Amino acid sequence: MSTPTNTGDASASYYERARLWGLWGDRLFKGLSVFFGLLVLLIIAGIIIMLLIGAMPALQQFGFSFLTNAEWDPVNDEYGALVPMVGTLVSALIAMLIGVPVSFGIALFLTQMAPDWIKRPVGTAIELLAAIPSIIYGMWGLFFFAPFFADHIQPWMTSNLGGIPLIGALFQGPPIGVSMFTAGVILGIMIIPFIASVMRDVFEIVPQVLKESAYGMGCTTWEVVWNVVLPYTKAGVVGGIMLGLGRALGETMAVTFVIGNAHNLTWGLFNPGNTIASTLANEFNEASGLQISSLIALGLILFIVTFIVLSLSKWMLVKLGERQEGKKT
Amino acid sequence: MSLYQRRKFVNYFNLTASILTTLFGLFFLAWIMWVLIVKGAQYIDLSVFTQITPAPGSEGGLINAIVGSLLLTVFGIVIGTPIGVMAGTFLAEYGKGYVFAPAVRFINDVLLSAPSIVIGVFVYEIMVMPMGHYSGWAGAVALAIIVIPVVVRTTENMLLLVPTQMREAAAALGAPQWKVIVLVVYKAALAGMVTGVILAMARIAGETAPLLFTALNNQFWTTNMNEPMANLPVVIFQFAMSPYEDWQHLAWAGALLITLFVLIMNISARSLLRGHK
Repeated sequence: MSTPTNTGDASASYYERARLWGLWGDRLFKGLSVFFGLLVLLIIAGIIIMLLIGAMPALQQFGFSFLTNAEWDPVNDEYGALVPMVGTLVSALIAMLIGVPVSFGIALFLTQMAPDWIKRPVGTAIELLAAIPSIIYGMWGLFFFAPFFADHIQPWMTSNLGGIPLIGALFQGPPIGVSMFTAGVILGIMIIPFIASVMRDVFEIVPQVLKESAYGMGCTTWEVVWNVVLPYTKAGVVGGIMLGLGRALGETMAVTFVIGNAHNLTWGLFNPGNTIASTLANEFNEASGLQISSLIALGLILFIVTFIVLSLSKWMLVKLGERQEGKKT
Repeated sequence: MSLYQRRKFVNYFNLTASILTTLFGLFFLAWIMWVLIVKGAQYIDLSVFTQITPAPGSEGGLINAIVGSLLLTVFGIVIGTPIGVMAGTFLAEYGKGYVFAPAVRFINDVLLSAPSIVIGVFVYEIMVMPMGHYSGWAGAVALAIIVIPVVVRTTENMLLLVPTQMREAAAALGAPQWKVIVLVVYKAALAGMVTGVILAMARIAGETAPLLFTALNNQFWTTNMNEPMANLPVVIFQFAMSPYEDWQHLAWAGALLITLFVLIMNISARSLLRGHK
């Protein structure tokens, strides 16, 4: 008589245990995943707060003139961010001038022209450019590209472009190959895969119907790209360019190898220079006191600028994505 | 030139330019690989794998740097992967119920491209300064911060690819949500998640900037993560920039090793993903 009651009890406690397992398991698992999700926010907040704390002595000492002072003088303990800031912007600008048109060409080739059997290997090869570590670009740049550039390209540029009024001054400098311009060119090559793969992805989402209707009216491939594909994907293209810019601003090792680490402010792009990242890489370990605080302040500036640029990039891409969603429903 | 001819000319001109830009990109990949193989292969011999980094002018290898790099990479992955997977799970499975989920997604994508040298400065401030010395652990933490956003992104993407019906089927059998996620969703998305981890490994194996201020370097043999630790990227940086020829030779050998490792990781991650689709 007691058997059914017993099994009843046993199964009741079994179900109770299973219920508790599910309940507490769910709470624990959900709690953990929410916590680690928040941790991502905490990391970025932590980076900004720690950089602010570290930069405080320098910012208190120099105030806003830190941004406009071109001195960087460890002997007299006087530091200003102007030269590395300008160097970062100039090298990134050169990189964009090379990287953006080349990436656009590659994306155009991969999405509109290449047959399938070429598309995948070429696309993969371009993406592998992004996988090569930054120091490898640096070594190749220092030992191969810089000498090649100094021997063959720089003399030509100086003699042909150096005479042009206004911009001619940009193409002056010693023929040693280690310069702001070389750093910019190498950065340009390094950001190609990032911009090209974003452009390729957004070009792929253009509805076939749109392109076909343009072709049907007699447009050439170029006219379809220029008048249909580009306007449709504008936000995504800008997002890709911003992503490349963010990468170029923060890139460290490749630049450190080829920029020559000279603290000077000149018009000549063929002179050695420095960027925020290369200054950090070169000086941080030997610095102390006010110098280390000034270096951290440089890092803070770099982080804020890249943060804004990358946020804009992400925002542009999200905007394009939302329009896509809207089209589908 | 008639309008028709001009349009045709513009078209051909631009399409040719587009092919040339593609060749331009491929040319640099080929040049860099060629340089690495030609310069690197001649200096790779047994002593690279059996001896530690030498003083200038004497014989030596890279074994302490190779082992150091492996340790730092493995610990970076071990610390970063669980965090990344859980945060990715949060975004994919629980995100809809939380107002800050879009912020996490946004910040994660920014972190993905944040300058790695700044992460080095951050870890220097939170670990190296309080501890008073450079250490392998600080290097591993800096690498983990780079791993996290990569793993979060791939995990979220891969979990979202799993059809909702699978979750519903498991839930209908009475499985609690955590079991649904761990036993059903993770299982379905496993190949993609592993791909993310391999890509993260490839990314940090060549990272130099965040290690400069954290793990630094060590000219002696050590497997103690509490000491400064030799690693290939920093050794390559130091040796390549030095005026000593034998150091530069070792730098080329190291450069070839690290690039091969990174490229093999990358290609295997791709084929793993493709094989599963």
